[in-house]
Amino acid sequence: MAEQRKAVALISGGLDSMLAAKAMLEQGIRVEGINFFTGFCVEGHTHAIRRQDAAKPKRNNALWVAEQLGIKLHIVDVIEEYKDVVLNPKHGYGANLNPCLDCKIFMVHKALEWIDAHGFDFIITGEVVGQRPMSQRKDTMPVVARESGAEDRLVRPLCAQNLPATLPEREGWIDRERMYGFSGRSRKPQMALAKQYGFTEWAQPAGGCCFLTDEQYAHKLADFWQGRGERRYELDDIMLLKVGRHLRPRPHFKMIIGREEGENNFLEGYRKQFVHLRALSLEGPLALIDGHVDDSDLELAARLVCRFGKGRDAERVQVVITDLHGETRVMDVAPLSADDVPQAWYL
Amino acid sequence: MSEHELDARNLLCPLPVIRTQDAVKKLQPGDRLHVHCTDPGALHDIPTWCRINGHGVGDIVQQGREIVITVQVVAGED
Ligand code: SF4
Repeated sequence: MAEQRKAVALISGGLDSMLAAKAMLEQGIRVEGINFFTGFCVEGHTHAIRRQDAAKPKRNNALWVAEQLGIKLHIVDVIEEYKDVVLNPKHGYGANLNPCLDCKIFMVHKALEWIDAHGFDFIITGEVVGQRPMSQRKDTMPVVARESGAEDRLVRPLCAQNLPATLPEREGWIDRERMYGFSGRSRKPQMALAKQYGFTEWAQPAGGCCFLTDEQYAHKLADFWQGRGERRYELDDIMLLKVGRHLRPRPHFKMIIGREEGENNFLEGYRKQFVHLRALSLEGPLALIDGHVDDSDLELAARLVCRFGKGRDAERVQVVITDLHGETRVMDVAPLSADDVPQAWYL
Repeated sequence: MSEHELDARNLLCPLPVIRTQDAVKKLQPGDRLHVHCTDPGALHDIPTWCRINGHGVGDIVQQGREIVITVQVVAGED
């Protein structure tokens, strides 16, 4: 009997990678999944944080897909290495701060390292020619294959019939005729194939698989770099951009204000790293201050934080301010009115 | 057969799963790993990870915000 060939499939949690992996399982390939955690992935985070969302299922879509397919899944932490992709994308950004082409190249390259280390034969992705404006164009498909180093060991079962034959096809491990020729932005062929495979449920990430495609998030990230005076980030920084209201009342500081109890709890975990404040006399959110502040800034911040708590209509509110050494002081301030908070402060 | 603890508190999913996966790689069949976490997403994700990778799930204990999930290592990871 012929040796069973092994492939690793990039599993994002969306429908396309699920179908691509399934198409190879159908051809008798042993498939395992790989999923990369960049720190920007759209996963349960914000749901896990916000209490009002607590009732919604908080599953990890990549794990869910792997279970539906009956394959193993390896989740790889690439947070550190991925920074260079975000900060210095050779091929530039998409509509927001999404370096999709460099990201694809990076992920396929990591998958290549993985298959070499684990004795697997090839790599599967759910890419479709023309599906996305930046990373999945006819002219960028070969770029991913070439610059990742995967070359003809990269198989895209959903559009393989539109692309040159790959090594697994030439070797007869897989049959080109039993792959697909999808192209363009239409999702109909995927829906039909899902139906054929009996999949009735899948995750539908809007726009892309990560927060970098989100306009508001990208705006906050750009602001964060500008505020810090350098393009750099740690995991905590990019996590905090997903939580709370972000306002920049002055160029040299911004505030992160919890919107509800779950976010306040999450921000609590960071309070030792930031000057933070919270209304004392009337209930209100926790706010972290990012930047260097003097007394007049603190007064402004205190007046602003009251605006988002029960004291918004009170004449005076007492606010406790805790500095980086854990020393506290109380300020008695007049809450800002809605008109005092320009829209431009909101990030 | 031995007992091990993993502190994954204050990490958000999928990090508790990644830490569990990396810890299990170093353990032997029959070992048990008690994963301490605070992200309720782990209640779902860690047992799913165990099922798809062939490991067992033992007790799941919730005390306040902290959740302790026991993973029973079955197969050696390859
Ligand atoms: S949306 Fe994000 S994760 Fe997906 S390819 Fe683009 S940069 Fe990469």
